[in-house]
Amino acid sequence: MISFKSILLRCYVVLVFAVVFAPIIASFVFSFNSDRFPTVPLGSFTTHWYQQVISDSEFWEAFRNSAITAICTAIVATIIGFSAAYTDYRYQFFGKSVYLALGLLPPTIPLVIFGLAMLAWLSRLGMSGQSYSVFLAHVVMCTPFAMAIIRLRLSQMDESLEAAAWNLGASHWSALRHVVLPFVRPAIISALCLTAAVSFDEFAVAWFVSGLNKTVPVVVLEILQGQVDPRINAIGTFVFLTSMTLVVISQVFLLTRTTKS
Amino acid sequence: MPETQVEFENVSRHFGDFVAVDNIDFAIDRGEFIALMGPSGCGKTTTLRMLAGLDKPTSGIIRLSGTVMNDLGPQQRDTPMVWQSLALFPFLDVLGNVEFGLKMRGVAADERKKRALEWIERLGLGEFVKRQVTQLSGGQRQRVALARALVTEPEILLLDEPLSALDAHLVVRMQGELKRLQAELGITFFYVTHSQSEAFAMADRVIIMNEGRIAQIGAPREIYRTPANRFIAQFVGRNNIINGTVSSIAGNMATFTTPIGNFEAACPSVQPAERSEASFVVSGDLMKISKMRPDTKNQVECTLISEEFVGSFVTLFLESADATEFKVEVQQRELEQLELTPGGTFWLSWESGHAYVLPENA
Repeated sequence: MISFKSILLRCYVVLVFAVVFAPIIASFVFSFNSDRFPTVPLGSFTTHWYQQVISDSEFWEAFRNSAITAICTAIVATIIGFSAAYTDYRYQFFGKSVYLALGLLPPTIPLVIFGLAMLAWLSRLGMSGQSYSVFLAHVVMCTPFAMAIIRLRLSQMDESLEAAAWNLGASHWSALRHVVLPFVRPAIISALCLTAAVSFDEFAVAWFVSGLNKTVPVVVLEILQGQVDPRINAIGTFVFLTSMTLVVISQVFLLTRTTKS
Repeated sequence: MPETQVEFENVSRHFGDFVAVDNIDFAIDRGEFIALMGPSGCGKTTTLRMLAGLDKPTSGIIRLSGTVMNDLGPQQRDTPMVWQSLALFPFLDVLGNVEFGLKMRGVAADERKKRALEWIERLGLGEFVKRQVTQLSGGQRQRVALARALVTEPEILLLDEPLSALDAHLVVRMQGELKRLQAELGITFFYVTHSQSEAFAMADRVIIMNEGRIAQIGAPREIYRTPANRFIAQFVGRNNIINGTVSSIAGNMATFTTPIGNFEAACPSVQPAERSEASFVVSGDLMKISKMRPDTKNQVECTLISEEFVGSFVTLFLESADATEFKVEVQQRELEQLELTPGGTFWLSWESGHAYVLPENA
């Protein structure tokens, strides 16, 4: 009876993963298929669509934009996220709960509304459609993720640890550098990867504010609007692998907390 | 002539309306082993934190080697501490932890490694130099915490209940080691604990705090035999407190009239007024128990309630006719002749010189 139950449970888990990953696997399979339309039976194996993507300057331009935006977003969002989390950890002040609520608010706003608001705000300041527009919007979007991850790690830190450093002659800055930062390092790496992945994947907000500086998801939409193009499968596979790598690294560092703390 | 090292002058610490430390005043000599003891919430940890500069007094003056420390941050004092949680840096190995204090003080890399290794060696951690502190046992971590605090060669070491996380057998061993280390180094140890056995086993003098105030300062033996007030008599040891009226005083011996008989008790320091209400204390280990009525002055008949067996001795809980509780410590081997049965009646007796009148009947 026990084994029957556990077999049922396993089947259920496999089914859930199958449903989640089926479209991605299909996209991966068709990216190597010679036929123009995604139909079964498959045609012959080809890397033609990848070659087309690689030789396309518009794609490279978008990839460059996406990569630079993702890297800059990750760094800035993680710095702000760390500062916000550390402020919360170290200090008690009036209105702290409001501060925290505001800090963690952005992900709860629907993306379309967030993108529209960003467009309206940035264009009023004359900053929309610039090379840094998507970056600015993504920092706002990603900072709460970085803050949440680093806060979690800080909450596992023995409260005496920093005081112990002061007690041994460390100034507030050197205690921060030699004790707090090393302690939260796994969370910082995790936050860098996760925010980079979020920024690299993000479409809605980027579509609103990117203007001519298109990122990869925006270009994908433009290709799709024109025609059914198997290049999409190639790009999709590539984007998926990039994001998954970042998310997996992020998770690995997030989970080191129990073994290394 | 011993030199005064630490002075607390009318120091108070308030947290809003709550008075954690209430106007305390004491001095410690260089090289003393001081235990600061009291129940939880008595203000002992706040006192320690103020000495380390991690907390500021609301009023009063703290001096260290004659210098007023009130406005100095923790970085500017040489008052390293062994923390209750140990607070070792989990991302550093043993060497990294021990040399931390030297690194923060700007000692060159070679020099600090050499000095750290000396202390690691001295505390018997030689084989663990490169080990992560998370991979060490409780006792080894304890030693790392000690080495880390002592590496800067301070004149005073603060210890905040450092043995509370260890197993009982390890506690006794570490007590011996701490005492030996303190004697070897000749520096002041300021040891905060709630455990009477730790305080009495190691300290030259014990400061007992209660509700933010100092209840008594003295050598362990002095506190044990001549408690200053009812709180200490109850807090320390297995003391029996008997209330009554003073009927007469002769020399430094007072005679008490109580519902359970007349007793004599010594009053060497403060003499109670005749016909006043007062109390006296008899330590549980100085009481004798017998089946037959003894031929002595101070005696009372009691009923056995229960017994508590702790290794070689047993604590007996008894009750007299007026429901006064008595606690008596008896060697295990003495018990064999007594035929203990709950509800059985026994006679307790003690010498007049072993009874001590509480100076303050609070």
